[in-house]
Amino acid sequence: MLEIHELFAKVEGKQILNGLNLSIKPGEVHAIMGPNGSGKSTLGNVLTGRAGYEVISGDASFNGKNLFDLEVEERARDGLFLAFQYPVEIPGVSNMEFLKASVDARRKHLGLLDLSSFDFMKLARESSQKVSLDPAFLKRGVNEGFSGGEKKRNEIMQMMLLEPSLCILDETDSGLDIDALQVVAAGVNAMRSSSRSFIVVTHYQRLLDYIVPDYVHVLSQGKIVRTGDKELARELEAKGYGWLEEEGV
Amino acid sequence: MSEQVESLIRKEYAAGFHSAIESDTLAPGLDEDTVRFISAQKQEPEWMLDWRLKAFRAWQEMAEPTWAHVHYPEIDFSSISYYSAPKSMKDRPKSLDEVDPELIATYEKLGIPLHEQAALAGVAVDVVFDSVSVVTTFREKLREVGVIFCPISDAIREHPELVKKYLGSVVPQKDNFYSALNSAVFSDGSFVYIPKGVRCPMELSTYFRINELNTGQFERTLIIADEGSYVSYLEGCTAPMRDENQLHAAVVELVALDDAQIKYSTVQNWYPGDKEGKGGIYNFVTKRGVAHKNARISWTQVETGSAVTWKYPSCILKGDNSVGEFYSVALTNNFQQADTGTKMIHLGKNTRSTIVAKGISAGRSNSAYRGLVRINPTADGARNYTQCDSLLIGDRCGAHTFPYIETKNASAVIEHEATTSKVSDDQLFLCQQRGLDAEKAVSMIVNGFCREVFKELPMEFAVEAGKLLEVSLEGSVG
Ligand SMILES: Nc1ncnc2c1ncn2[C@@H]1O[C@H](COP(=O)(O)OP(=O)(O)O)[C@@H](O)[C@H]1O
Ligand SMILES: [Mg+2]
Repeated sequence: MLEIHELFAKVEGKQILNGLNLSIKPGEVHAIMGPNGSGKSTLGNVLTGRAGYEVISGDASFNGKNLFDLEVEERARDGLFLAFQYPVEIPGVSNMEFLKASVDARRKHLGLLDLSSFDFMKLARESSQKVSLDPAFLKRGVNEGFSGGEKKRNEIMQMMLLEPSLCILDETDSGLDIDALQVVAAGVNAMRSSSRSFIVVTHYQRLLDYIVPDYVHVLSQGKIVRTGDKELARELEAKGYGWLEEEGV
Repeated sequence: MSEQVESLIRKEYAAGFHSAIESDTLAPGLDEDTVRFISAQKQEPEWMLDWRLKAFRAWQEMAEPTWAHVHYPEIDFSSISYYSAPKSMKDRPKSLDEVDPELIATYEKLGIPLHEQAALAGVAVDVVFDSVSVVTTFREKLREVGVIFCPISDAIREHPELVKKYLGSVVPQKDNFYSALNSAVFSDGSFVYIPKGVRCPMELSTYFRINELNTGQFERTLIIADEGSYVSYLEGCTAPMRDENQLHAAVVELVALDDAQIKYSTVQNWYPGDKEGKGGIYNFVTKRGVAHKNARISWTQVETGSAVTWKYPSCILKGDNSVGEFYSVALTNNFQQADTGTKMIHLGKNTRSTIVAKGISAGRSNSAYRGLVRINPTADGARNYTQCDSLLIGDRCGAHTFPYIETKNASAVIEHEATTSKVSDDQLFLCQQRGLDAEKAVSMIVNGFCREVFKELPMEFAVEAGKLLEVSLEGSVG
C-alpha cells in the first residue's frame, strides 16, 4: 500500500523529517505518536503534497506509484486521504456541492460515472447520520461556523464518501468529547477492511482503545524511533516519551 | 500567496474576436453636426434633437471627473466615432431567421444559447428554454398585456408622450460629464413600459455588443413601471478584443411608480484588455432609479469585464416605504480597474435600503467599492444595511472601500459591515486534497464568496455568471 524509504523533508528551509522509513500493508492500522513538533503533521503534509513541504531525498510509493511524481489532486483521486488537524472553512460553498465535486472527481478517476444528484444526496445523508451530524450541515458552507467537534465529524463523513484506500487521521481525536470520540472511532472501524489502511496520528492512548492499531510507532525528531504493538501505546501513556530519548534511540 | 493562484488568472478573453459584418460608421469627431447626424439617422422629431443639442452644449462646458480611484490616459473625444450601425440591423430583426448569419456565428463562438442569441440580436426573449416558440410568441404575449418593449429610437417616434415625460427625469442631461455626453449622442438602447397592475409575463433581456473599431457605445435605457406593476430586466454585454481602448458611456433610468417593482440585472463582460493592460473598454455608466410610494428597485450586477469601470447604480427612495437594493459582484484581474458601488438616497419615510457588494481582485488589478447612503431630514425611520466584502487572490492586487454615510435624520438606523479576505493556500489545499484541481477550487471558492449576490439573479443568469467568473479566473492558479 505505502512504502516510505529514507525520507528527508524540509519546511521553510528547516529540515523536519530525517530519514523516515515506514511500510504499510493493505488492511493495516498504524498509529503514530510522538512529542509535539516531532513531525507527525509534516509527514501527512509531505505525503499529500501540500505546498511548502519539500522532499529533500527518499521516496514513497503508494500502490506502486511514486507518490512524489503526482499532483496533490492526483494523489487524492488515487485514494490518499488526509483528515485535517485543523479543518479550514470555505464560506458560501455548500458542503453538499463540495462533497459532490470531490466524489465526482474521484469517481471520474476510477472510470465511474458521476452519481446523480439524487443518489448522491441519499448517500451524503446516510453518511452524515453515521457520524451523528444533522443532515442540515450538508447545506451549510464547508466547515462554516462548525464547532471543533463538528468539523472533525465532517472530515470523517468526507472520508466515508470518498472511500479512500489510505486514510491519514491527524489528531482527529484532539478536542473531542468522549461521545464524539466514539462516533469518530465507530466511523473508522466501520471502514476498516482488508483493502484499506489507516495512519492514525494521536497523542492519546484513549483513541486507540477504540481504534485498535496493528502497529504503534513513535516519531521523534523526524524519524521513527520505536515500533511496537498496542502495548507500546499504553507504556507511552504511563511513562511519557522521555524514557525513549533517555534510552538513546 | 502562492504563484499557483497567480497563474490561474491568466486566461484568454473568450469573447475576443471581431466579426466581419458590414456596418455604416460615422467618421470620428464630435460637434453639433454629429449630434444632428445621429438624430437624423434615427428620424427623430425636432424636440428630441433639441434635447440632444441642449445636452451637447452643457457637455462642452463640463470637465471629466477625476475623483474615482482609477487611472487611464486622457480620452480624446474627437477621435471616437459616435455612430455605427451594422447594415443588417437597419431593419430590426423580427425573429432569428432574419438575423445576419455572421452575427449568429459570432454568438455561437461565444457559446451563447439560441434563446440568448435572439436577445443579443435585438429580439426580446424570455428565459424559457424552448426558444423558437418563444421568439414567435413573446411579442404577442407582451402586446396582450400592454407591455411596451422596443428600441428607444422607436419609442421616441411611437410613444413621445412617455419619453418626453420620463427621459432625463431620473438622470438629468447635466447630471455628470458622461450622462451629458450620452444624452447628446446616444445611439440606441431599450425602452420598457409596464402598464398599471401588470406583472410582466417574461423576463426582458437585451444584450449589447460593440463590434466596430473605434466606436463609442452610448446606450440609453428607460424603464417605466406604472403603479403596481412588476418587471425583471436582464442586461448582458460582451465586446471583441481590440488593442485600442473603447469608450462605453451608457445611461439607464428606472421609474418605479407607486407599488411597482423593478428588478434590473446586469452581467457585464466587456473586453478587459490583455495581460499587459493593453486595450479594453472604458465603462463609464450612470444608472439610477427613482422609487415612488411602496415601490422597490433592485440592482443586481456581476461585473467581470472592462479595463476601467466607473459605475454606481443608485436608488432615489422618494416615496414612503420604498425599498432600494444593490447586490454586486465586481471581479478585476490583470490590470483591470473598477470603481463601483451605489448611492441610496432616502427621501421618503420608512424607506429601506440594502447593499451587498462583493469585490474580487486578482493579478495586479484594483477594485474599489464607493457607496453613499444619504438619509434626508424628511426620511423618518429610514434603514440601511450595507455589507462590503473583498476577496483578494494573490498579493499584487488591491481592494479599497469608500463608504460615505450622510445622516440628517436622527431616527435613521444604519448598519455597515466590511470584511477583507484572501483565497488562502489552506482552502486551496483542502480542495485539492479532496481531488479538485486548482482552477476548479478557486472558482468554487470565489463562487461561494459571491453566493449572496448570485442568488438574487434569475436562475439562468446565475449559471452564466458562475461560468463567467470561472472563465475570468482561469489561469490564476497553476
Ligand atoms: N508550515 C510550516 N511552516 C514553518 N514551520 C513548520 C510548518 N509546519 C511545520 N513546521 C515545523 O515543523 C516542526 C514539526 O511540526 P509538525 O509536523 O506540525 O509536528 P507535530 O504534528 O508532530 O506536532 C515544528 O518545529 C514546526 O514548527
Ligand atoms: Mg500536528
